[in-house]
Amino acid sequence: MSSPTMSSPTMSSPTMSKPLLTVSDIHTYYGDSYVLQGVSLTLHKGQIAAILGRNGMGKTTLIRSVAGLTPPRTGDIVYRDISLRGKPPYAIAQAGIAIVPQGRRIFRSLSVRENLMLPTSVLARSSRASNGRQTGQRWDFDEVLKEFPQLAERIDHPGGSLSGGEQQMLSIGRALMANPEMILMDEPSEGLSPRLVLQAQEIMRRLRARGHAILLVEQNLELALSVADEVYVLSSGRFVFHGTPAELAKATQVLDQHLGVSGAKMI
Amino acid sequence: MHSGILQAINGVSFAALLFLLASGFTLSFGLMRVVNMAHGAYYLFGGYIGLTITRYTGSFALGVLGGGLAVIPLGYLIDRFLISRTGENHLAQVLLTVGIAFVLGDVALKIWGGDNLKVPTPIELRGAIELPGGIIYPTYRFVLILFGIVVGVSLWLLYRKTQIGAVVRAGVDDREIVSATGINIDRLFVLVSALASFLAGIAGVVGGAFLTLYPGAEWEILIYALVVVIFGGLGSLEGAMIGALIVGLLDAYGRWLLPEFSYFVLFGPMAILLLFRPRGIFGREG
Repeated sequence: MSSPTMSSPTMSSPTMSKPLLTVSDIHTYYGDSYVLQGVSLTLHKGQIAAILGRNGMGKTTLIRSVAGLTPPRTGDIVYRDISLRGKPPYAIAQAGIAIVPQGRRIFRSLSVRENLMLPTSVLARSSRASNGRQTGQRWDFDEVLKEFPQLAERIDHPGGSLSGGEQQMLSIGRALMANPEMILMDEPSEGLSPRLVLQAQEIMRRLRARGHAILLVEQNLELALSVADEVYVLSSGRFVFHGTPAELAKATQVLDQHLGVSGAKMI
Repeated sequence: MHSGILQAINGVSFAALLFLLASGFTLSFGLMRVVNMAHGAYYLFGGYIGLTITRYTGSFALGVLGGGLAVIPLGYLIDRFLISRTGENHLAQVLLTVGIAFVLGDVALKIWGGDNLKVPTPIELRGAIELPGGIIYPTYRFVLILFGIVVGVSLWLLYRKTQIGAVVRAGVDDREIVSATGINIDRLFVLVSALASFLAGIAGVVGGAFLTLYPGAEWEILIYALVVVIFGGLGSLEGAMIGALIVGLLDAYGRWLLPEFSYFVLFGPMAILLLFRPRGIFGREG
């Protein structure tokens, strides 16, 4: 929390206790380039935090840092009192953090059913049993198909044959099958029609209502502001804003300089 | 006309052997992106160990099993301590594993000598049987076809119809996301690599019973296996099946009809295929 333009976060929820996720001053390199230059944030159970920013500012790297796919060089990430430092991606996933990656990255040659069942395979089971207890309801195959009935119709089709919107649902469904407490979502609205963006918004709200925490990276400002409890703006590897969506809507200088939108548009 | 049919059966039985070797090679490439040129040496080592076991115990079945099992720790150590250092550098992998194959070949020469050795087969498999149509065919090579079919069907079921198989296929698609769904992909690598070593070792024993074992046999069989994999498409189990059949048949007919050009009969069609399908018949976009 060192940025000069950072406004003070207004944490209003009465149930606010210990954060689920605490990212402390992480510095992450992607190859030789120094992408995240000291990023800190906290996320509580049942909350959505949106990370905004232009392309190439480090949003995806932040998601990848938390997931362990591009581990930070320095700094620490603590999830439910456990440091994720040095933990491989599968251990982080087993701890209860699922990812809906950029570009969906569903397994194209696997059927929809196989895609969904993957996180429940014997190779993925270990410390899973305790997850989902924290969230309101456990996710299983039937629950996921109830949430995404379109997937049920294509259950034995290869993932690669699905439309973009269906692939996004499959990607979210696959993440839910792991019964995560926290979900990392990297641009879930990318390439979706306006109707499907609304559906994505609905899904995120429902997930929050069920107790999931979501760390959301979005280019779609409107979507992010409509679902997020807190907003962070990332610019050149540092946060330049942290506040509520309402506060961001008023921060015309941040909107203009770091997100490329004029404040007037927001109202 | 009988000899034409005979060549077809010869080709299919050679294909069964090639499939044993190529299936492991192609699966480990598909999942781990490792080009392991020591696969031929695994074949030879498995064959020699199976030979020794068969001689001591008098049981061919034990020899096949033991030859396969013995290669698993060898393959594991090579993966764990040598290949793992090459990362994704395929040139380094090829150079390293060719070197390993030379070393293993020399060790085998020291232990088993330079003569052609034949793995003894049980009496019941030594004769010939009459196939429908009055064709007399060596029992052993006919049983080899059946064995290849059993292994092929088992592998296919494992790969296509089980959860572990789905994880392997997912790993071929996108390894990073497999690990991000909570799967320890390194453990999966060890499993698949062990299976590949086991199959290569078994192939050495069953192949050694009719092709014999000798210094250099590992390279001859490796070249065939590579052509199989190139025909079928790297990383595809179905490709290894089809590729093995094509190579087995081309080889059998090539030796019969155009003995002077038998290598051309093999590599000519491969070159033509690569012109039109650079990734092989079942190859997929990178």
